[in-house]
Amino acid sequence: MDSAILSLLGAFLLSIIGLFGFIWSLRKGLLVENPKAASAIFASGEIGHIDDPALGHAGQKRLQAAAAEPGDSAHPPDAREIADRVAADRSSAFPVFMFIAFACMWLLFGGIAGLTASLKLHWPDWLVSEAWMTFGRIRTVHLTAVLYGWITNAELGVIIWLMPRLLRTPLIGPMWIMLGGALVNVAIASGIGAIGAGWTDGMEYLEMPWQIGIFFAAGMVCIIGPVLYTLVNRKAESLYVTTWYHTAGLLWITLLFIVGKMPGVHFGVQQAAMNWWYGHNVLGLWFTPVAVGAIYYFLPKIIARPIRSYNLSILGFWTLAFFYAQVGGHHLVGGPVPGWLVTLSIVQSMMMIIPVLAFSINMGLTMKGRMRLGAYSPTLRFMMFGGLMYLLSSLQGSFEALRSVQAVTHFTHFTVAHAHLGAYGFVTMVLFGAIYFMMPRILNWEWPFPRLISWHFWLAAVGILIYFVGLSYGGWLQGLAMLDASRPFMDSVAVTIPWLQWRSVGGALMVASHLVFVGHFLAMALRFGPDRAGAALFSTQPKARELAHGE
Amino acid sequence: MENEVKLAAGTMVTFAIAVSALVILPYIQVRDVKPPEGLKPYTSAELRGRSVYIANGCVYCHSQQPRSESFAPDAKRGWGRASVPGDYVYDKPHLLGSMRTGPDLMNIGVRQPSKDWHLGHLYQPRAYVPGSIMPSYPYLFEVKDKAEPGEEALNLPPGTAPAGKVVVARPEMLDLVQYLLSLKREYPVLPPEPHEAAGARTPSAPPAGKPASAS
Repeated sequence: MDSAILSLLGAFLLSIIGLFGFIWSLRKGLLVENPKAASAIFASGEIGHIDDPALGHAGQKRLQAAAAEPGDSAHPPDAREIADRVAADRSSAFPVFMFIAFACMWLLFGGIAGLTASLKLHWPDWLVSEAWMTFGRIRTVHLTAVLYGWITNAELGVIIWLMPRLLRTPLIGPMWIMLGGALVNVAIASGIGAIGAGWTDGMEYLEMPWQIGIFFAAGMVCIIGPVLYTLVNRKAESLYVTTWYHTAGLLWITLLFIVGKMPGVHFGVQQAAMNWWYGHNVLGLWFTPVAVGAIYYFLPKIIARPIRSYNLSILGFWTLAFFYAQVGGHHLVGGPVPGWLVTLSIVQSMMMIIPVLAFSINMGLTMKGRMRLGAYSPTLRFMMFGGLMYLLSSLQGSFEALRSVQAVTHFTHFTVAHAHLGAYGFVTMVLFGAIYFMMPRILNWEWPFPRLISWHFWLAAVGILIYFVGLSYGGWLQGLAMLDASRPFMDSVAVTIPWLQWRSVGGALMVASHLVFVGHFLAMALRFGPDRAGAALFSTQPKARELAHGE
Repeated sequence: MENEVKLAAGTMVTFAIAVSALVILPYIQVRDVKPPEGLKPYTSAELRGRSVYIANGCVYCHSQQPRSESFAPDAKRGWGRASVPGDYVYDKPHLLGSMRTGPDLMNIGVRQPSKDWHLGHLYQPRAYVPGSIMPSYPYLFEVKDKAEPGEEALNLPPGTAPAGKVVVARPEMLDLVQYLLSLKREYPVLPPEPHEAAGARTPSAPPAGKPASAS
């Protein structure tokens, strides 16, 4: 039999067996619903009490009125459990603030670098006099700054903030986490400096020289230690699905990074296979699980309704863990790598439809009849937008992995557009929403100019849509031109130019949204605007502020 | 405790499966690949040039992996036969690339054997390829009144160099061009497995199945 069919069958069987094995070992009663586990994010009596710290008093009232459903209890949530949560928040506030502040700085910097790289693609003689300005370096500076600087820092912030909340336990060892955060950011800053100076390991996503990577790995280890220790010493009985995603994500990224950066081991085609295994897994086993975990917490929390099906969320977790880890090979379709490897990855890419649908159905059912709440809460809007983009970008990714589609899209800007839909439309938007939720709790200060949150949302959403639609179309035209041997190669460049310009327009809107966001963040951190901190705290608890800060 | 154990064990198992499939198995499969007879190791100048190629991120727009006829008309564009693992044994790090904003460079040394062309094109791509969006690399050249002994002024198309000046390549640029000129995978290779032979047996590719001979 054809080796391709054999490997396909093998991969398929292995996937199915693995999937069922895990399901069986995890939940013997998979079809029994589990509302108790789904409600783990709420204190007793808290269901029905909306929670969006980014809203002012009036905004919260409006959201509460819109979210009210028959059967809600008018009683305030259990004060002791809320006090536990305030203690948990207080324990993590300082390290989380550090991560978010770093993340904001890298977002601004990385976005500007990205816009510069985008402009350079249609103004090729702009900023060419110095080596660090050249496209090949600025583009890589952008990638390192946004992937490691922005997303990684922001996700670490979200993890460190949610972990004690979900475990109902104050964070143990915050100093270690601060040390880890410092190491991680030293590595990112040095890595960016090295790339600008031309010192790079030369592999996409793994450019940071491995000598600098040691700091990154050491930082991650310093962070994982306290997180696991807190996990083991928790007060909460069961683990909520967010904790599953976040703990797994932390372990995965650290191991991925260590395997990927191992010096002197990888070479030639094997290195290419490893490179793309890593490249896709950074998205699949780090960005995605943390962002999905964040949606699983923030979205139900804001609307004050538990997710519809807890077991579906766990199914989503294990299928993601199994399938996503193996999809990277599809980046080498048609390349000089063993055929079975590409086939395996394509099969697993298609299998990724399972966790994505599990997530989307769950969120769809949770939000059913409550979509209008997005109009009241910008934070919720970020989460809903991110969740929808996860569905779209993942489905697109699954089909994009197919050989027939890749015949056109491989090596074109279409892939770049897809990567941005995932990393920006989905992950970054979710992180924005999470930061809007977390910051008032961390600083005990309201967002000073709530209208800016809406501005940020619309600039970013319109920006990424222009970026994605324009670049996807341009990339598709580019692919068709390259496939047609009767057209000169330069045709494939010429057709993309208008779309590269549109990409710069979309990128400029995104950068503008970052200016709004980071400016707002600074205004908040420096305590501009009126002191309205009361509203941002647990509004049903007039004493919460005292509880939080002992004033 | 049951949950933590499941979480840690499960995530490690899925991770281990993925490492085995995408990192260890390819390693086992290609670790014994021998360099084809026609492939020479890079000279030290070529290696220096390769590091210039890496430092300036050429890989982000140029792939080095022509594909078989069944996939794309790479051979018809003069980019060469489909590459095989043996072509890359001296490549560390690999430079397969993921974009073709510009053409594939696996065989650029065959397609453009002229050193002058490369130097001039890297100084100002649009003087050679109208409509090109490749950056120019003035920082790898020097503009002076006259070439010093031992230096060679570039032969540029009229109007490209600043008036009354000559352009001289810096040593790292000369190394880069050495590297580009070395990119020639013309030698024939045995198809690695029957499955891929179907694509390699095309009119424009070298005859497959013929024993490799030093070229």
